[in-house]
Amino acid sequence: MKPAVLTGEHFITGDVACAEGALAAGCRFFAGYPITPATEIAEHMAVRLPDVGGTYIQMEDEIASMAAILGASCAGVKSMTATSGPGFSLMMENLGLGICTETPCVVVNVQRAGPSTGLPTLGAQGDMMQARWGSHGHYEIITLAPSSPQDLFYLTITAFDLSEIYRLPVLIMTDEVIGHLSERVIIPEASAIKVQTRIKPKGRKDRFKPFLPGPKGIAPMANAGEGYGIHVTGLTHDERGYPVMTAEAQAEMVAHLTNKIRNNLDNIIRTESYRLEDAEFAIVSYGVSTRSSLAAVDEARQQGIKAGLLRLVTVWPFPEELIRELSCKVKAFVTVEINLGQIHLEVQRCAAGRVPAMLVGHAGGTVIPPDHIVEALRNLN
Amino acid sequence: MSKHGSRSEHPLDDLLRTDRIPHIWCPGCGIGTAFSSTLIAMKTSGIDLQKTVMVSGIGCSGRGAGYIKLDSYHTTHGRAIPFATGMKLANPELNVVVFSGDGDLFAIGGNHFIHAARRNVDLTVVCVNNFNYGMTGGQAAATTPCMARTTTTPTGNPEHPFNLPFLAFAAGASYVARWTILHTRDLTKAVEEALLRRGFSFIEVLAPCPTSYGRRNKQKPLDTLKLFQDRTITRHGCSPADVQLDFERGITLGKFIDQERATYMDMYDKTCRPQGSMDRNRAV
Repeated sequence: MKPAVLTGEHFITGDVACAEGALAAGCRFFAGYPITPATEIAEHMAVRLPDVGGTYIQMEDEIASMAAILGASCAGVKSMTATSGPGFSLMMENLGLGICTETPCVVVNVQRAGPSTGLPTLGAQGDMMQARWGSHGHYEIITLAPSSPQDLFYLTITAFDLSEIYRLPVLIMTDEVIGHLSERVIIPEASAIKVQTRIKPKGRKDRFKPFLPGPKGIAPMANAGEGYGIHVTGLTHDERGYPVMTAEAQAEMVAHLTNKIRNNLDNIIRTESYRLEDAEFAIVSYGVSTRSSLAAVDEARQQGIKAGLLRLVTVWPFPEELIRELSCKVKAFVTVEINLGQIHLEVQRCAAGRVPAMLVGHAGGTVIPPDHIVEALRNLN
Repeated sequence: MSKHGSRSEHPLDDLLRTDRIPHIWCPGCGIGTAFSSTLIAMKTSGIDLQKTVMVSGIGCSGRGAGYIKLDSYHTTHGRAIPFATGMKLANPELNVVVFSGDGDLFAIGGNHFIHAARRNVDLTVVCVNNFNYGMTGGQAAATTPCMARTTTTPTGNPEHPFNLPFLAFAAGASYVARWTILHTRDLTKAVEEALLRRGFSFIEVLAPCPTSYGRRNKQKPLDTLKLFQDRTITRHGCSPADVQLDFERGITLGKFIDQERATYMDMYDKTCRPQGSMDRNRAV
């Protein structure tokens, strides 16, 4: 029987690292449905969860998987599901339920090339706008983009932390390449991993209002069976959780759902930079494309082009201010992603015409060759 | 007696969110009676109500979760059962009751129903069958009788309805019963039994929908109840294969299945968990 935190040095795939990260974060419930290239996460959770007192269930589809992890989280257990494009599409309605009911959980999308069945075994980054806007209505979401198995391990823990702190489903948008890539992953001692858990209510149970935000803008969360007798609904609701069918209640609830993210951007947004200080050309990238971009920066610098990289660790919320600031310093942006322009549109929006914003991307099925990025930089130079 | 007098009190007040009354259900609707029976059964069964949860989907019956003063979750259309499954497996101490309608549980949610029954997840599912989609104004459902008129079958329903007890039985349910809202004592007793029966329990409750279904099928509110009185026969233990709803030849009510079978959690603990490790699902 292995411990929950598998301390040590491992040579494992991104998918396995993700599962181990979830266990280290305290995830004890996984509901899923087999789908390439995310299946290995479910397989690993099926093996590992019963050992650590958790429960794995293979549901009848991804709709059910998403519903089940919300139910598990409402019962007080940290929960996760993992899927790829077609399953991600099926999860969208219940993702919205998680947003509206402020239910913490983690959803992993190991992206493959779409649309439709697409290229099941080959990677892409084509679901980034779906991650942002895939469920109906207006809301904010947190999305993390790992660029290595080690990164997947840590960012899965971060995803759980953010979901518990801000009470919402957090998305991990990785891809087939990272999911199936085996690399060295170091898992620290359990004592070195400090995990966050949802704020619990205090005071009289009969007076508790389950959606009344606390001092930091987040409502404490009562789990089912704790004696609070709460009502939770996907209908527009007030602070008691009661449905209220008015434009005013809608405005208030949506403002809360968006402001709890928008007012905490500094605590949520994570980026990394490489040789960006004196850069004339800023590459903006995330996930597996970060790796191509890193190689391209070095190659461009060797050729005398002052390139630097801004890596988005959180893609959503989008670091608007940072891009605006950069747009006053650099001569151009180059967004590198495996699609035909999704995050590119955001960079373009924030550059606001101050400097050109170019895209290096393709429709999916392989990574971005660094040469293509260097060539784009040469053309700009 | 309170200062408002006993008139304001109702025997189920302690289980109702009285601040949400009046409810949305129409005059003559059967959902309230099915709901009351469910609440009474919760009390009489002796289960720990603090550990009891109601999960609903979408529709008129789906509003049940909004009126019960226990932990209650009003989820998405058709997905009450998988949500309840996650909840039950994450915390097996909870008594999880799914209260929803026929459209929710058997059309959009039909796949989840059969899989939860197959797994024998320890849930109690109460389905109010009013033969149509009431909330949206009376469209045909997977339970609408053949030739019945609805807004989407104005000349008669060309489809055949599910036999819900047979479906539940075939999928593996541990407890299967059917009553009408006219048979409140039998219904209440059935819900009580279902709450206490480990495994997947299913109760179909036939209910009038005078506003939508009744109006288009020449059934005034009392006509439907008269049908429930005159055209029903109670046959406990009857094979679920023989209980297809047939208002012409008669409707079979009763407890059809009540059998012990290992639940999903029993099987999971036995098969997947290392022996002696019962520190399950640490809550946060």
